[in-house]
Amino acid sequence: MSLLVLLAIVLLIIAGHQLLKIIELSRSLKKTKEWQISDSDNNMMGKAMLLFMFLFFAFFFWQVDRWISRSLPPAASEHGVKIDELWDANMYLVTVIFLITNFFLFWFAYKYRGNHKNQAFYLTHNNKLEMLWTIIPAVALAFIIIFGLKYWNEIMDDATDKNKITIELYAKQFDWSARYTGKDGKLGETDYRQISGTNSVGMDTTDTFGYDDLIVKNEFHIPVGRQIELLMRSRDVIHSAYLPHFRAQMNCVPGMITTFKFIPTKTTAQMRKDPYTLKMMDGINKQRAKFNEEPVDFDYLLLCNKICGASHYNMQMNVVVDSEEDYNAWIAKQKAVKVVATK
Amino acid sequence: MATKSKTITKVEIEHLVHHEHVQDHAHDDDHEESFVSKYIFSQDHKMISRQFLITAIIMAVVAMTMSVIFRLQLAWPGEKFAFINALLGDKWGKDGILDPNMYLALVTIHGTIMVFFVLTGGLSGTFSNLLIPYQVGARDMASGFLNMLSYWFFFASTSIMLCSLFIQDGPASAGWTIYPPLSALPEAIPGSKLGMTLWLVSMAIFVISSLLGSLNYIITILNLRAKGMTMTRLPLSIWAFFVTAILGVLSFPVLFSAVLLLIFDRSFNTSFYLSDIYIGGRPLDNVGGSPVLFEHLFWFLGHPEVYIVLLPALGITSEVIATSSRKPIFGYRAMIGSILAIGFLSFIVWGHHMFMTGMNPFLGSVFVFTTLLIAIPSAVKAFNYITTMWKGNIQHTPAMLFSIGLVSSFITGGVTGIILADSTLDINVHDTYFVVAHFHIVMGLSAIFGMFAGIYHWFPKMFLRMMNKKLGYVHFWLTIICAYGVFFPMHFLGLAGVPRRYYTNSAFPMFDNLVDINEIVTYFAIFGALAQGVFLFNFFYSIFRGEKAPQNPWKSNTLEWTTPMANIHGNWPGALPVVHRWPYDYSKPDNELDFIPQTVPLKEGELDGGSH
Repeated sequence: MSLLVLLAIVLLIIAGHQLLKIIELSRSLKKTKEWQISDSDNNMMGKAMLLFMFLFFAFFFWQVDRWISRSLPPAASEHGVKIDELWDANMYLVTVIFLITNFFLFWFAYKYRGNHKNQAFYLTHNNKLEMLWTIIPAVALAFIIIFGLKYWNEIMDDATDKNKITIELYAKQFDWSARYTGKDGKLGETDYRQISGTNSVGMDTTDTFGYDDLIVKNEFHIPVGRQIELLMRSRDVIHSAYLPHFRAQMNCVPGMITTFKFIPTKTTAQMRKDPYTLKMMDGINKQRAKFNEEPVDFDYLLLCNKICGASHYNMQMNVVVDSEEDYNAWIAKQKAVKVVATK
Repeated sequence: MATKSKTITKVEIEHLVHHEHVQDHAHDDDHEESFVSKYIFSQDHKMISRQFLITAIIMAVVAMTMSVIFRLQLAWPGEKFAFINALLGDKWGKDGILDPNMYLALVTIHGTIMVFFVLTGGLSGTFSNLLIPYQVGARDMASGFLNMLSYWFFFASTSIMLCSLFIQDGPASAGWTIYPPLSALPEAIPGSKLGMTLWLVSMAIFVISSLLGSLNYIITILNLRAKGMTMTRLPLSIWAFFVTAILGVLSFPVLFSAVLLLIFDRSFNTSFYLSDIYIGGRPLDNVGGSPVLFEHLFWFLGHPEVYIVLLPALGITSEVIATSSRKPIFGYRAMIGSILAIGFLSFIVWGHHMFMTGMNPFLGSVFVFTTLLIAIPSAVKAFNYITTMWKGNIQHTPAMLFSIGLVSSFITGGVTGIILADSTLDINVHDTYFVVAHFHIVMGLSAIFGMFAGIYHWFPKMFLRMMNKKLGYVHFWLTIICAYGVFFPMHFLGLAGVPRRYYTNSAFPMFDNLVDINEIVTYFAIFGALAQGVFLFNFFYSIFRGEKAPQNPWKSNTLEWTTPMANIHGNWPGALPVVHRWPYDYSKPDNELDFIPQTVPLKEGELDGGSH
């Protein structure tokens, strides 16, 4: 069998070689060179450019039509709504630029396709035009900068709400823990040298503020409408706490405590009833059924978003947004485990 | 030697250009060259440029194959592919399924090869070497010896990187950005053992190669220009290579320092980047360092690096579009200004890669401002290219098609750059496929299209033969369709929140409805990779059996086309050319021909088009 394959390959090579010889021979008989661009070449390529433009734009709109509904649901946080508005405004602007400039590019490639009878127009420069398309983009960009930075300052400001809830997200290869302050309202100090089997997040066992800290895994709860201040730490390498539904992300860096604050606006229960979410989950579950997987309900998620090792793709933790009462009930059930130093 | 007639006739141009009759082997008699000194350790810029090109093409094939492997895994996670087992063996591709550690290794090496070896070595290395002495009117680079070293250091660098693919623990796997502590700690990922060491050695040698080349380019452009070749008569390709070289000289040493400090942290127990780490069952002693320091040092090179990649492509495009449109490049001075502006600004935008690192948000604001500024000269360039084509008489050579493709993708990729430059908008798309889409469209389309345009356009000068035009057309259309097909859909994956560098998207139910997008991307990737076979065949076949090239097939004005069709040391057999005009006199009124080479003297009363 493999002899047959070998024979077929050899014959193909010989056939290819003969074909090339024929092409070369016929080439030497022609008057015009193969590489020269004829008027018909320009015609064909010019038309191809125009056709490509239509197909390209059609491809773009087809993708938007088909896939824009796969985007994340509308933001579930206060600042997130502003981000979404800014995003939409920017995307509309750049889409218009994308369409107009690509149009002119491909249209000119077609309209001014070469012909031996034509002559090009000798134009070296036009300073007015240069000014025009320097100033207009500059003005547009100024708007983008101003609005972007206004929101950035608001988002990055310290969490100063008196009623805020501070939660530490602790990242390690390859899972998350969430640590709550407990009744004293303060997170205990940490000391990475005290990490052990029973002290997974490295609590400083001498700090009394840490005795009532609550540590949860797999899922953490936050109340709707309250300011949530996330403090991020990492045990080993850079991770990133990515909570896309809240438009929240911040790297977790060993040796640093980073922070991100937001106010959730929709409970998990509310999201599960939201029309956009329902449609999205429907699509997800239809796909899961194809692989004989159980259907799932919507959940807010925490993912790792900075390459951190082999299981980077599977560092997950659910986030549950509760009503105030449900949150209080949940937190009351969590037990603080006072960590004792092991030696 | 001014002529007195009103129009410059065809005969006169031929006379001026062929003024020095080609004497066969005139220069070869002066130096006895052995096979080794002519083909291996050559100090001739033309041979060195071919060496860079062929090495870069081989590396590109390797990196592209890697991308097909990991795209197979992403579209059909856990499916068995004999192709994967055939290439990776039973250790990394057991049962035809890609190992998760090897996945990260492949994306790391794919990125490293493409950014540094293909798009820096293959663009700057090839075209700066080929064109600088030719287009400024010099015999060769200022130092042929350093030039030769710059290639062989490049070769050594690529060899070490390829060797790292075959070691037991696998090659570097921390992403092409190799942030510590992941890249500093062997316990964190197997690729951070010997593989990471080899990566660092390879890149250190690459930096040396790049610096040697860049110094040569700068000195040759400043000191060895022919008589009459003022800075404002230089082709835009030379301006681009010039500024690129300056960027390289100023920024690569910073990468070198980042690499050096990482070597210290890995091997000599220092703590530049490390603090408060518990790994491998024990706390590490390192205290006081910060990974963010590495990120600053890395991106201080990393951002200029992408302009080191892009500027040569833009410079090449200026030449190809002007020549092919039979029109002067529109706004020559504005084009120079925008190259300088992009060059300068590229040094003060690096923080836009670091918005989510935990650095001071105020610092982030500064970088938002500077990054959006850099959009302005980039936009000016795009508009000038399009205006050059307006009312042109466009000759659609394969090089011109790729240049048009470059302008299209430069705009398409550039506008998403505007989105990403806004730190507020970056919060939710940082490290997602939205970013992957952006940088691949500007690099995996724009920059590589510039490289292809350069190859098709200057192949006659490099190999004295012509590439096949029809195969060039087929290559272009297949490539642009497949490349957009691979990377455009990725924007939507980013909007859905899909992170980068995920071995599979199947671990999170929230990504289960994106399977069709991933499949379409992979199909286009496979077709696109196969389509490059058309180019590879055309390229290598034409080197040996392409039609013999005439002296100036594209009827271009720049000096390289005034050299004879033979590879002679010293480029011109007789005296060096004397330059009288800028390179963009295409379709100048009252002239018989639609081009006037730079060596043709100005007529009485004629003004040089480049002067205002």
